[in-house]
Amino acid sequence: MKKFKILLTTLICMMLFSQSSYAGSERLILTGSSTVAPLALEIGKRFEQLHAGVRVDVQTGGSTRGVLDARSGTADIGMASRALKGTEQDLTSHLIGMDGISIILHRNNPVKMLSNAQIIAIFTGKIRNWQQVGGENRSITVVNKAEGHSTLELFLHHFSLKNSQIKADVIIGDNQQGIKTVAGNPNAIGYVSIGTAEYEEAQGTAIKRLPMAGIAPTTEQVRLGKFPLSRPLNLITKGKPSSLAQSFIDFARSPAVRDLVEAQFFVAVASQH
Amino acid sequence: MPERMFTLLIWGAALLVTGALLWLLADTVLQGVAHLSWAFIVDAPEHAGRDGGIGPILVSTLCILGVALLVSLPLGLGAAIWLAEFSRQGGFLGQIIRLSLDVLAGVPSIVYGLFGNAFFSLFLGFGFSILSGGLTLACMIIPVFIRSCEAGLSAIDHGWRHGALALGMSRSTAVWYILLPAAAPAIIAGLMLGIGRATAETAALIFTSGYVDRMPESWMDSGRALAVHIYDLSMNVTGGNAAAYASALVLVTLIVLLNVLAQAMTDRWVKRRIFSA
Amino acid sequence: MIWSKPSSLLLLPRNIDRLWQPLLAGMAVLCAVLLLLIVAFLLKEAIPALHDGGWRSFFNDQSWYPLENMFGLLPMLWASLAIVSLALLLAAPLGLANALFVRFYAPSFLVTPYRLMLALLAGMPSVVYGLWGLTVIVPIIAAYHQPGTSVLAASLVLALMILPTVALTCLAALEAVPSSLHAGAAALGMSKQGLLLGVIVPAARYGIGAGMVLATARALGETMVVLMVAGNVVQTPHSIFDPVRALTANIALEMGYATDLHRAGLFTSGLILTLLVLVLAWFAARTMHKYQYA
Repeated sequence: MKKFKILLTTLICMMLFSQSSYAGSERLILTGSSTVAPLALEIGKRFEQLHAGVRVDVQTGGSTRGVLDARSGTADIGMASRALKGTEQDLTSHLIGMDGISIILHRNNPVKMLSNAQIIAIFTGKIRNWQQVGGENRSITVVNKAEGHSTLELFLHHFSLKNSQIKADVIIGDNQQGIKTVAGNPNAIGYVSIGTAEYEEAQGTAIKRLPMAGIAPTTEQVRLGKFPLSRPLNLITKGKPSSLAQSFIDFARSPAVRDLVEAQFFVAVASQH
Repeated sequence: MPERMFTLLIWGAALLVTGALLWLLADTVLQGVAHLSWAFIVDAPEHAGRDGGIGPILVSTLCILGVALLVSLPLGLGAAIWLAEFSRQGGFLGQIIRLSLDVLAGVPSIVYGLFGNAFFSLFLGFGFSILSGGLTLACMIIPVFIRSCEAGLSAIDHGWRHGALALGMSRSTAVWYILLPAAAPAIIAGLMLGIGRATAETAALIFTSGYVDRMPESWMDSGRALAVHIYDLSMNVTGGNAAAYASALVLVTLIVLLNVLAQAMTDRWVKRRIFSA
Repeated sequence: MIWSKPSSLLLLPRNIDRLWQPLLAGMAVLCAVLLLLIVAFLLKEAIPALHDGGWRSFFNDQSWYPLENMFGLLPMLWASLAIVSLALLLAAPLGLANALFVRFYAPSFLVTPYRLMLALLAGMPSVVYGLWGLTVIVPIIAAYHQPGTSVLAASLVLALMILPTVALTCLAALEAVPSSLHAGAAALGMSKQGLLLGVIVPAARYGIGAGMVLATARALGETMVVLMVAGNVVQTPHSIFDPVRALTANIALEMGYATDLHRAGLFTSGLILTLLVLVLAWFAARTMHKYQYA
């Protein structure tokens, strides 16, 4: 028991004093979009290897949070999976990648193509059976995203809809939840990130992507800028960033991290360097 | 109801729960075991967790749990003893405290997360850190732990208290040597529930202990907990399913180990007391 | 045995109670202050949505489209209540039966493993429950009634999730019942069923009640599972197959993306949920109080 107490005391002391050990290192804090976070984490690790003594801490919480934290200074750099809005023009965005959004159906659904008008009719509840668009006689399960998510905003904007017009049967949060929901329901229609869908299809998950206005939903088409539904992945700063933040942003936009961007199934931006 | 029918019902209920757990467990094991290896347990994660292991995350999880238990056990036990042994029967303060504990148990974990972020991380200046995460978790498990301990203490036969009093023991002595050991089963139950809730928590930790998957160097460092890792891999990272299930498997094993440990330590502690209840 | 450690007994001074009591009371009060802190925090964040009679819109608006200034929370409140009552209806009898099983029916070699199994169920991350629900339970329900994500799915998974809380707290309460009661009833020649339902369970009612309150509270506060399997459509449930959104899921789904009034609205969700638990806990305490002295 005594030994245990001594051990405990030493441990606590160690914890207390180790606090000062990293005080000399430089620290960069990134917060924001859960879509960008895994990528930023990987870029951060590579950045740390190149710059001894620098630590990059990445935290999630959503695009809006990234914008707010960048504005308030809580974070050195914010992350957002959307463009800056009209009310956010006091900030600067730095593009690090692109992501497309594709309509997905269950793999066994025979429907191969939907026009924009049909998609609108399905999501607003005017078409309720797959038979009406050339499918089997089954009711349609509409999978929508929760309010505020940037994919939803993009989707609504593209089809000029308001969220209250959509008659959803299931509402989801993240991409993977959408994939699992559609894969588990032969009647479902939803929309998710193209890279994710591409990967899951290759893995044998029971989903399929639908072309949009005749353009195949592939990361290649997003790269070429031809796919109509795509969103930017941004780093956000307020005013002139510190030299460390600036060098991180430059690094994140350089070809040195292209493989990391692609490993997260996003489209790397054409290098400006 | 005939006696045999009742026995059958009880056995049926037990089988139903065992069946459900086995189903859940089999699902996790089958999908996770292929990805599991020693390297997975000790290595650092790569490619957002799809490859590599969970070493630093495991360390962070244990540190967060350690902070949470270090704070909540003494505080919770003290509060439970006061409620059960010292507060006046039906007294106003006692009632208010009990009520607020029951309410605290029902506050959604995400609200704890937001509160922890605002209070520990920003107001007290702990930032995203293992300390903030552990304290937030402590807030979460305290109500469950207290209520469980208190229920155990108040269920003890009053004769024991009278006996101790008659022997000239102070109330504190009676609590320490007689009542607490007698309430040990309830304390273990509360501890198990607390550990379970703490290791399994996701929403409260994303905003407090954070998302950084590096090996923590101090308790002011941000460290990702295992449950957060599992959530991120299964819901956010493309292609993270296999690693998510393997991490879940590690978490389940960890919980079994912790529970066995808690049980064994409580048993030893009970044996050190005068009465073995 | 009894006097194996007499010295340490005498070492505790007689007046120690006077030292301990305020300290322990302080600890208890500290825990209660936590609730005040949390409520104050929620209120502070929710104020922008509440002032100027803004709170009325939470009850009057038809539905929840915060970006279009519609803040109706009532459908989600009903959804939360529906999910939790159904889950409790399933978990309460099952949990008590399991506690009775461990205490009085299980062969002795099963007791420790079974306890461990319950602890394991209690410690499974909610994400794992959610994943299992989404990939196993939801498709099964969907085969009978579209879209599968529903009140029923959420209640089933939630019931399994709170079951260990019910079972472990009931078990602790049962174990604390003095064995003299057991022996006395057995001496009267009572049947096992009569003994359990007529003597032991009533004797343990305080602990069982506390366990039920904890489990209900936990179910109301659960976020991730409900988010993953309930479907999250904002509507008042009319059947157990309707997809619904619970108040907790609402916070988790939108908090990362909300600003200004929307954000304040989400904190109001949290506040309402806390008040709801307060009412439930108060009600439970009142009932139990009466029962105790009846």
